[in-house]
Amino acid sequence: MGLVMAGGTDLLVKMKSGLVEPDLIVDIKRIKPLHEVKKTASGISIGAALCNAALGENAMLRKAWPGVVEGATLIGSKQVQGRCTMAGNLCNASPAGDAVPALVAAGAKAVIQGPKGKRKLAIRDVPAGPGRTTLKKGEIITAIELPKREPRSADAYLRFIPRTEMDIAVVSAAVNLTLDAKGVIKKAAVALGAVAPTVLDVPAAARALIGTKLDDAALDRLAEAARAACRPIDDKRGTAAFRIQVAGVLAQRAARTAYARAGGK
Amino acid sequence: MAGIHVKTTINGDAVEFICQPEETLLDVLRNRLGLTGAKEGCGTGDCGACSVMVDDRLTCSCLVLGAEAEGRSVETVEGMARGSELHPLQRLFIEHAALQCGVCTPGVLIAARALLEKNPNPSEEEIRFGLAGNLCRCTGYDKIVRAVQAAAQEMRGA
Amino acid sequence: MVTLKDNSLANPTEAAPPTTSEPGPHEPLLSKHHFKSVGTRPLRPDGIDKVTGRAKYGADHNLPGQLVGLVLRSPHAHARIKAIDTTRAARLAGVKAVITAADLPDHTGGDEGLFDILDNCIARDVARYDGHAVAAVAAVDAATARAALKLIKVSYEVLPHVTDVDEAVKANAPLINPKNFTRGVEPAPARPSNIAKRSTFGHGNVEAGFKAADVIIARTYRTEQTHQGYIEPHACVASISPDGTGELWVCTQGHFAYRQWCAAILGMDVAKLRVTSSEIGGGFGGKTHIWMEPLALALSRKANRPVKMVMSRDEVFRASGPTSATSIDVKLGVKKDGTITAGSATLRYTNGPYFGMWAELGAMTAFACYDLENVETIGLEVLVNRPKVAAYRAPSAPEAAFAIESAVDEAAKTIGMDPVAFRIRNAAREGSRSSYGPVYGPIGIGPTLKAAQNHPHMKAPLGPNQGRGMACGFWFNFGGQTCSDLNIGVDGTVTLSVGTVDVGGSRASLALCVAEELGIPYDHVRCVVADTGTLGHNDMTDGSRGTFSSSMALIFAARNAINVLKARAAQMWEIPLENVVWKDGHAHATGDGHGNLAPLSLKEIAASAPNTGGPIAGHAEITADGAGVSFATHICDVEVDPETGRTRVTRYTVIQDAGKAVHPAYVEGQYQGGAAQGIGWALNEEYVYGRDGRLQNPTFLDYRIPVCSDLPMIDTQILEIPNPNHPYGVRGVGETSIVPPLAAIANAVSNAAGVRMTHIPMSPPRVLAAMTSADKLGV
Repeated sequence: MGLVMAGGTDLLVKMKSGLVEPDLIVDIKRIKPLHEVKKTASGISIGAALCNAALGENAMLRKAWPGVVEGATLIGSKQVQGRCTMAGNLCNASPAGDAVPALVAAGAKAVIQGPKGKRKLAIRDVPAGPGRTTLKKGEIITAIELPKREPRSADAYLRFIPRTEMDIAVVSAAVNLTLDAKGVIKKAAVALGAVAPTVLDVPAAARALIGTKLDDAALDRLAEAARAACRPIDDKRGTAAFRIQVAGVLAQRAARTAYARAGGK
Repeated sequence: MAGIHVKTTINGDAVEFICQPEETLLDVLRNRLGLTGAKEGCGTGDCGACSVMVDDRLTCSCLVLGAEAEGRSVETVEGMARGSELHPLQRLFIEHAALQCGVCTPGVLIAARALLEKNPNPSEEEIRFGLAGNLCRCTGYDKIVRAVQAAAQEMRGA
Repeated sequence: MVTLKDNSLANPTEAAPPTTSEPGPHEPLLSKHHFKSVGTRPLRPDGIDKVTGRAKYGADHNLPGQLVGLVLRSPHAHARIKAIDTTRAARLAGVKAVITAADLPDHTGGDEGLFDILDNCIARDVARYDGHAVAAVAAVDAATARAALKLIKVSYEVLPHVTDVDEAVKANAPLINPKNFTRGVEPAPARPSNIAKRSTFGHGNVEAGFKAADVIIARTYRTEQTHQGYIEPHACVASISPDGTGELWVCTQGHFAYRQWCAAILGMDVAKLRVTSSEIGGGFGGKTHIWMEPLALALSRKANRPVKMVMSRDEVFRASGPTSATSIDVKLGVKKDGTITAGSATLRYTNGPYFGMWAELGAMTAFACYDLENVETIGLEVLVNRPKVAAYRAPSAPEAAFAIESAVDEAAKTIGMDPVAFRIRNAAREGSRSSYGPVYGPIGIGPTLKAAQNHPHMKAPLGPNQGRGMACGFWFNFGGQTCSDLNIGVDGTVTLSVGTVDVGGSRASLALCVAEELGIPYDHVRCVVADTGTLGHNDMTDGSRGTFSSSMALIFAARNAINVLKARAAQMWEIPLENVVWKDGHAHATGDGHGNLAPLSLKEIAASAPNTGGPIAGHAEITADGAGVSFATHICDVEVDPETGRTRVTRYTVIQDAGKAVHPAYVEGQYQGGAAQGIGWALNEEYVYGRDGRLQNPTFLDYRIPVCSDLPMIDTQILEIPNPNHPYGVRGVGETSIVPPLAAIANAVSNAAGVRMTHIPMSPPRVLAAMTSADKLGV
């Protein structure tokens, strides 16, 4: 069995516990293009081997996609940040992966290279279930693409953890908004993490926001739609009831932050 | 399984070793190179006791494979002092009683130095979040934060 | 394990006889009130090694030819071991020894406690918890050892298990030990159960007391199991020679105790085993028991090579010694004027599979802060299929304090009285009969409460969603057997050999005490932790006894040395001994005609030692008693997010009596460290077991100890009410600070959230559920 290693922050942990025993590890970090952040015709391309600490240092990304950057830079500690990658977080396919909800809400795509050539896939469609992706044998992710940013757009990512750092998200929410000139939400996306086997894209929650200026009624509808979509489990990190309740709270708080960032009042 | 021959730089010195593919950098430092300053507290990147610098990035050496050190520059706590002259952080940790059992101290020092190199004037909150990856069970972190504040002040003034 | 065999607890009184004359040199009585060295903050002698990575901890040592030892552990919570087949493992190239319980025959001679230790080290015929050792291998490298473990075939018969404290006491619960009949019950029960012992303490008539009350508070509280969480996993290097002698390098809080137990289990003479303590990366009580060390020794004996054995973090959580989980019923009767008329508690503490004294300690400490006319506590030791419980910093006291201090807080609130004033009204004082028996001498609870009342923290304003709580705590502190050597070199510098392991800077404190007693600079004194071959028996560094008892032994050793120094000076001056006094590090000649004799420094006398009788030394072997109980009051502010139940500690203050703070910076460090552990325990730390009886969170990822960003600065106030039974008034300080936080935070959270929390840890789901549930009684 051969496995790809970017940061190795999930791979080495699985090796230590005996969960995986690869015969071969392919380290992709020395492939220079896989570290590049560049503007393309369709948006921004982020190399799959770029560590999240470096991602967080990229001023252009922080400005355009603060929520995506938040998701990526909340993973682990400063030490883990020096190694971990968004692509790795995505391929590890934990339902609670911090990088994923904001990428889903952003409408990002994975650029996949395989034996049969190159293809692109919506991030939302990469995870298949806990620990599994839809990638085919021999395929690896080489880049993550964010779409072009419209004006008056911003995103936000929030997660609930019991401590202040170092925890796996108990529940998380990402909200991506585009406002019109009057501050009315004209586009929205809401994604929830750790409340289902894979990250949930919740169109009903997004619809609750469109056409509003994020008044209280809209926020209530948002929370309700978010909660209705959740299918969490009880586990050592939280109960299902808790996750459902807090999913609504986080969706509201993330929406408020994204709205303010996009220039809404 | 055949070993991998690695040439690297550790604390400024050229070093060569042979390691198995699955060996971590932490294993190599401790078991092959006699550099036992970095500690294994968990082996899974949750405690920071194994913190080292690899090419100017703060990392957990338990999450780096030994073979990855090829051509890179590694810094451990053993390289922090210049001869017999302690780094201000090392000296101030002793003066401020910022260690009790001391087992987390090498990792904390490496992380604190990395923090101050990027942010020479951190707030208390920035120090606390900068060190969040280093577990300490003895001190409650109070004196550690104070020692880092003192070192930041001294290093800015120097 | 904390043993009550020594006299420290039975020692009935702290009240020192009033001294009209100076106490004799070896009387453990307070004799000094003004200090030159003690109370200062010099640099610790091991500091440079620890900041440069040079200090050697348990896993930092290696011997030529050493093998890697690994342990095979039961994946079942409860299972009979039908057979173990090790043949394939033993045949694997690179494997040099494989052992099972058969390689550790029973040498315990009927000693039940020792047999339990042996059974815990390696299961004999029943695996009693998830992680219980069943076999071990030694191989040339880790990869081979791991492969060998996979080749060992164990056939188990899975048995029903029980891991919950309340489930285990039910009539139909699976039995952990079918031969367990509850001790302490007359007549002995006819049927076995999971209750190993029932102990009771108290005095007066609680029924009458409750009848006289205006208000009764009655609640049940639960605390989940926690772990000491030391960052250094257990590690040792064992080497046994063909002649039956052995060496053990190990991280431990008590190398003498480890030697005694390991020798007994391996059937070796104690004198044939030399144990060297490495620097220790945290213990907090968890390294006062042996875990896998006998396995490393047995492997070494079989393979005839050194064996290094280091636990993984997973093994530390599953197979070392966490605390008890508890379930505690409290009843408090209170008059409207604030007097507690009666207090009672039934405390159920899990022990793991083996009988210990955890509930007993809880039952003793529960009401120790208060002067009560009527009090009764009943402790029940509950067996469960979980790892063997070990001491954790003031063992059993935090849980009991959580329950009692929560009830006290609720009582104060119910009658509309300030919580501090309520406690002051009922606080124990000198002459009070404690709830566990002895009469108190001068104690610090009153002073810590008064200090809390006046502390600026109490007056700081609170913001929205914030609440303030306070609580008191108590710990006995222990004395125990202590041996120390003091040797004066010809250059006048002094080397101390002590047998108490330095867990947090005690070498500096001990050097300060000797510098003080001899009257020489701290820099001239060096303190070394000796191995078992070079010093007589020393009890462990636990019970907050490290500095207390070693300092006492060293002070006596220094006084012995002073006698020798004076005699040498008398010899050098050719004057009578009674004309020599020792002051400020010098011998002074007194008496007629001796005024012209210039004082002789210690250095000068030492330099002449070869001509005056040889090396100068002092030695003391004592059983240090009268360790001095220690009280603390903590104040805590929290902010609770009403939408998520998440709690943030915004301010924390520790006020604790140290007797005499030898090195104030290290005393502060003990206060802060204990408080931080209590905060983690109160908010996030717990063992999570599945229905299959397996531990689900044996990692630092999911066993959540506080990280740096979780905590505020922890303010400390050291009070000094001298211990009358120590020459300098020193009390143990290391433990009491973990006792109040559970209750202080529970009271703060209860105030912030508007609900009474009764289940520790107060994780966000529990707090949110309590806030949103109709009756707000807490979960």
